[in-house]
Amino acid sequence: MNAEPTAPESDPTASRGPRLTRRAFLATGLAAGGGLLLTLRFVERAAADEATIAAYIKIAPDGIVTITAKNPEIGQGMKTTLPMLIADELDVEWRNVRVEQAMLDPVYGAQFAGGSLGTPLNWIPMQRVGAAARQMLIGAAARRWRVPRAECTAKAGVVRHASSGRTLTYGELASAAAALPAPDLDSVTLKTPDEYTIIGKFTGGVDSARVLDGDPLFGIDVTLPQLSYALYAKSPVFGARLVRANIEQIKALPGVRDAFILRAREPDAAVKMGLVDGVAILADKWWDAQKALKMLRAEWSPASAPDQNTQAFEREAARLAGSAPQAVIRRDGNVEAALARAAKVVQASYAYPFLAHATLEPQNCTARVKPDGGLEIWAPTQNPGPGAKLVARTLGIDAARISVHMTRVGGGFGRRLSNDYMVEAAAIAQRAGRPVKLLWTRPQDMQHDAYRPGGFHYFKAGLDAAGKPMAFRDHFVTFGQNGQVADSADLPSEHFPAGYVANLEYGRSLIQLDAPTGPMRNPGGNALAFAFESFLDELAHAGGLDPLKLRLALYGPPRVLSSAATRFGMKIPPFDTGRARGVLQLVADRSGWAQRQQLPAGTGLGLAFYYSHFGYVAEVVKASVDREGVPQVHKIWAAIDIGRQIINPAGAYNQAQGAILDGLGQALHPAITLQDGQVVQSNFDTYALLRMHEAPAVEVHFLRSDNDPTGLGEPALPPVLPALCNALFAATGRRIRALPIDPRALRRAGA
Amino acid sequence: MRFSILVNGTRRTVDEDADTPLLWVLRDDLRLVGTKYGCGIGVCGACTVHLGGVPVRSCVIPVSAVGAAPVVTIEGIGESEWGRKVKQAWLDLDVMQCGYCQAGQVMTATALLASHPHPTDQDIDQAMQGNICRCCTYTRIRAAIKQAAGLPTVDTREERS
Repeated sequence: MNAEPTAPESDPTASRGPRLTRRAFLATGLAAGGGLLLTLRFVERAAADEATIAAYIKIAPDGIVTITAKNPEIGQGMKTTLPMLIADELDVEWRNVRVEQAMLDPVYGAQFAGGSLGTPLNWIPMQRVGAAARQMLIGAAARRWRVPRAECTAKAGVVRHASSGRTLTYGELASAAAALPAPDLDSVTLKTPDEYTIIGKFTGGVDSARVLDGDPLFGIDVTLPQLSYALYAKSPVFGARLVRANIEQIKALPGVRDAFILRAREPDAAVKMGLVDGVAILADKWWDAQKALKMLRAEWSPASAPDQNTQAFEREAARLAGSAPQAVIRRDGNVEAALARAAKVVQASYAYPFLAHATLEPQNCTARVKPDGGLEIWAPTQNPGPGAKLVARTLGIDAARISVHMTRVGGGFGRRLSNDYMVEAAAIAQRAGRPVKLLWTRPQDMQHDAYRPGGFHYFKAGLDAAGKPMAFRDHFVTFGQNGQVADSADLPSEHFPAGYVANLEYGRSLIQLDAPTGPMRNPGGNALAFAFESFLDELAHAGGLDPLKLRLALYGPPRVLSSAATRFGMKIPPFDTGRARGVLQLVADRSGWAQRQQLPAGTGLGLAFYYSHFGYVAEVVKASVDREGVPQVHKIWAAIDIGRQIINPAGAYNQAQGAILDGLGQALHPAITLQDGQVVQSNFDTYALLRMHEAPAVEVHFLRSDNDPTGLGEPALPPVLPALCNALFAATGRRIRALPIDPRALRRAGA
Repeated sequence: MRFSILVNGTRRTVDEDADTPLLWVLRDDLRLVGTKYGCGIGVCGACTVHLGGVPVRSCVIPVSAVGAAPVVTIEGIGESEWGRKVKQAWLDLDVMQCGYCQAGQVMTATALLASHPHPTDQDIDQAMQGNICRCCTYTRIRAAIKQAAGLPTVDTREERS
């Protein structure tokens, strides 16, 4: 649920990706300088003309294997993980593998980092690439030796003929293998897990040593001959038009090479993260451009949006909550009647703020006009395909003439599914007629994001005599633009506990928002989990039930709820209540949940579970508060079921721990607020992120169920927010119903 | 104005305004791009370098304030014994995710170990809290510092209740 990147400008489904249902063929050729060049060609069973090449392998005569990583690397580890899958089935030693980042190219299919989809979409296809190549190398050896292929085996880059003891290296065989017909990928046999040599092994990131050497890997590090640095000044009020600016004064400033005005070319460009009105300032040095920016005097219309205030939003939410929802999302049974006969009725409202992605590398992009009038772009983007299309559409350039280099990305979190910085750099380079590196200042970055939308939940639930929920209602007050729900601001109709409580209503009302919103790491879930899993904890306490046992009772006995849905061409795994129960019980065991009453007064455990991106995650937080009411998180336990195989434990534990601490930080600190249409916060002094001294130990356990592996970038994040708030309730008796946590609400409970 | 500064053991001359931060001198004049821009106000730590052996935020140090103090950046830190050990621990434990903050983390961690060769968890908290990791790799950073110091990587703060 709510897993996919939903930004209209950035939907990865817009470009066709490799489909697991596709018939795949291999095409081969000689690599430059000799050796095997293996390309995997996926062909739709019904449409052979939609062929895409999904990956390739180059084997040099010296046995060094170069594997292309097709997706952007944003810290999620795919530049390491996907080549591991190929290399293991190819059966080469990892130390002989070199990894190259692909450019944006239709031959690779969809190239994006989003939705925790890198693993589930590529797990089988990448292994098949490697297995097919190994099969071809064995075939080449068998032919050379004139023996049956079945008598030959491949291991660690060498093909061996068992009975004669003869061997040939992959490097020696590569050219001959390239001349062989490629096997049908559906027919290749994959290894069994006990045969893995790379999958499942702790494997460090392929770029890490270069990052620590200071090599130019990130977008911000790109250099070109005759490069100018650019800043682009936009209205602090979203969607405002530029009336006038002191362009001539800016152009006369020291170091400034040029300054000009660009105009939005699409309606709603501000909420669609396209090119909006602004002033471009070009200088030979970025610092000079930054100094010139401070001298810019621009007049915008409107200069203010009086209804766009955080406090006004809060008043409007309370007003809307007093009426019936504007829209019904889901209605099961009869909530009103069930509430009337409930043994106990519980009511509570929850609120959470807008958030900025705050990637540590500010948005940036480098672009130059090619001699043919096309553009060459270097972008730290999660979603290069839609970015190129945005540039093409905005500037009137054929997308085929736009080349996109994917740089390493200094943090994604969904921010770089949008490509506003790309179209800005392209438009500036086109207008200036020279290579340009656009680099936003931190305040620009914080004040021009596609924000995680804030929201308000007005819950009412009825419990039966045994304490089990028999009625559940949520009036969700969220944000919209002109009557449409804002990006990533909706409540899915299937959201838990829908389907598990007989009488249930989800309703929705909208507050008009002018600011853009967009997916942030676990869109929807990062906010909904806090509200729903906290309220569920309230219900457990109100009904006198153990919060663990209430969840187990709601999910019921282990069973698989069938699903015929597909997404990105992939069959959606069905929801399995047994997997939910499994992680709940595991995290309870590891955290000492059953013994929680023995904790000292003022210390509590809190539990939460969330299913998202096909991952089942239960977390327990142990917390207290200090004398000032500041939460003190002692430790966090997580139990995670993402299938039978952890491909790279190095990345997996890191992702899980990082996502959990990311969520912890969201609970403790940051909020984006609006005043008269402008974002108030501008830097990390007013928008705080989690720091070292606030980061507790995080103990992660993977529960290996017999399911294909799924992604881990996002699913571990949501449960920590409600688990923390539930722990604070256990510790203090005070319920947190608004984020970020206000220590004043907890102060007098201090130990 | 012309400024002569000592960077990673080499004397470099740059022509810059006096108020230009050291960060931009390193990145745009000297093409030492391992040092990163994060906030521009000295609160995120991505731009951390050593100035006279002390970790500083190069985004708020004007080039005119550098003077004769030697500057060491991530490109040069591996020349020192602690720098080498810290970098190796970072790789052995696969600390980084996106990696953008990690040059700054390594610079701060190296300075910590040079002054506290056997840091406690509290020493680590104190020294490292100026460096934001947006990916929140704090667990691995803590462990890697201890590993570089030859200490057990266990988190001693776990059960403090």
